[in-house]
Amino acid sequence: MIEVSHLTKRYGDHEAVKDISFTVEKGRIYGFLGPNGAGKSTTMNIITGCLSATEGNVTINGHDIFEEPKEAKRSIGYLPEQPPVYLEETIEEYLRFVAGAKKIPKKEIQDEVERVMEATKTTIFRNRLIKNLSKGYRQRVGIAQALLGDPEVIILDEPTVGLDPMQIIEIRDLIHGLKDDHTVILSSHILSEVQEICQVIIMIAHGKLIACDTPENLQRQFAGDMKVEITAETGEAEVKALLEDLPDIDSVKFEVLEDGRTKAVITTPLLQPEQLTRAVFQTFANAGIPLLELKTVQSDLEDIFIELTNQADEEYAREEERRSAAL
Amino acid sequence: MKAIYKNELKSYFTSMTGYIFVGFMLLFAGIYTLAICLKSGFPSFEYVLSNMSFCFFIIVPVITMKVLSEEKRQKTDQLLYSLPISTTDVILGKYFALLTVLAVPLVIMAFYPVILSAYGTIYFPTAYGALIGFFFMGAAFLAIGLFISSVTESQMIAAGLCFVVLLLNYFISELTSVISSAAYVSFMIVMIVAVLAGVVIYLMTKNLFASFLIGGVLVVAAALTYYAKASLYEGLVKKVMSSVSLFDRFYTFVSGSFNLTEIVFFISVCVLFIFLSVQSLEKRRWS
Repeated sequence: MIEVSHLTKRYGDHEAVKDISFTVEKGRIYGFLGPNGAGKSTTMNIITGCLSATEGNVTINGHDIFEEPKEAKRSIGYLPEQPPVYLEETIEEYLRFVAGAKKIPKKEIQDEVERVMEATKTTIFRNRLIKNLSKGYRQRVGIAQALLGDPEVIILDEPTVGLDPMQIIEIRDLIHGLKDDHTVILSSHILSEVQEICQVIIMIAHGKLIACDTPENLQRQFAGDMKVEITAETGEAEVKALLEDLPDIDSVKFEVLEDGRTKAVITTPLLQPEQLTRAVFQTFANAGIPLLELKTVQSDLEDIFIELTNQADEEYAREEERRSAAL
Repeated sequence: MKAIYKNELKSYFTSMTGYIFVGFMLLFAGIYTLAICLKSGFPSFEYVLSNMSFCFFIIVPVITMKVLSEEKRQKTDQLLYSLPISTTDVILGKYFALLTVLAVPLVIMAFYPVILSAYGTIYFPTAYGALIGFFFMGAAFLAIGLFISSVTESQMIAAGLCFVVLLLNYFISELTSVISSAAYVSFMIVMIVAVLAGVVIYLMTKNLFASFLIGGVLVVAAALTYYAKASLYEGLVKKVMSSVSLFDRFYTFVSGSFNLTEIVFFISVCVLFIFLSVQSLEKRRWS
């Protein structure tokens, strides 16, 4: 569907995007995730032909965006970071203009405009000038514009920014509804949003691709070991002694709390730690020591995201250092 | 292109600019027709056009200032880039919309000679010849304004710059009389232009080597030709300056000759500046 290979964008000395490659398949929702200034918008602008690349190429449905821009752009609907609306026009006028520019046959324009207004719930304001609309509604008009002509690929740059919680849910539902017969790429710096609606997460930081996989795979790949956290009503020495005989324990970290309580964080190589939690419970029960807390912890995507970005940050800092040293 | 054209044309007449353009033209057409044809009794409509040609350097900036600068400022250019239309389509759509706005007052003014003929003898060929020349001159100015609007993000800067360029063009033939036609004067001016060309290239590309190379080659070429044949430079700048004056070229229509060379010149100016606008819009994608 979309193939991005070795994409690089340089602004003078600064590399906004560095050698990014990935493939987008039909019928899935992709989430572009990265901190602000990571290169998300730049990459999206290049994919949609709004910006040229310094190196690398992008093909959409087999059409190169730089060689055959018209054919490639015909299968894309794009909502840039700032909705590209003409403030002096009404919603309907604006959508009719975009429909015309997208070469939708004249007879179908009316139906098509009605359809996208319905989908984005902007029909009631159809005759209102866009400059008199709130940010949320302008955003919707921007999305409506992207949906016109029913393109196969819909690319949305931070589609939920500036919307209220209700609108966010509506837009998410809308995006969700698109996935059956469209490919959607959306960007966000909010992890929970991407996690909720996207089937594939593309993480970038400092212009580099740091991960591209399904949320489950990312979790499996980066989550690391499972941990079991316990709080027992006794001293550290006793907890240590009790845990010593248990199998499947890699390491234990202790923390002495007030009132003579001890917290222990046990790292285990087990993927399903029930076996261990059962054993811990039994051991402490047999010893007559109350367990105030017993829970399993797995690092979630948030941690993975932070960790990966931190790694990228460090790498970036090292690179900068090397560069300044070279100068 | 059609969609852009329609949208653009509509935008002129849903906002004030279109009406200001048409109204301003018609106001001055009316004043000069009254003064020249009706009061003083001159049966020549071409004098009306010649007198009101100064209108252009007020209304061309007004109508062209936001054509492309505003797209960039409002980030709507991203929509245009992502639509399945080429940059040339965008520029041509916008330019033809401008031409249509220009044509509106001229079509109305085309009735004036007919009305005047009821009160005296009007020689129609010169009147309409001048009107056609007037249209092509306006078309050239609009292309210049369109280009200026494409290089900046601010409407005000675009308007100001456009005004200055048109004003200079208006007075350029008068300025030529100030400049000496001695060869060394022309030579100095050519040298300055060569250095300026290097500076402009540097500002646009930020490539020190290329700008030095091009500027250097121009300076050396100018110096060599001067030493080889200094007589080539005699009156050169004067000739160049008076030949770029669009107003002067229009005055040949006023004086009663319908000169195709001038029409071709006006069209060349249009094509050149439309080409430059397309390039300027393309360049935005590369920076």
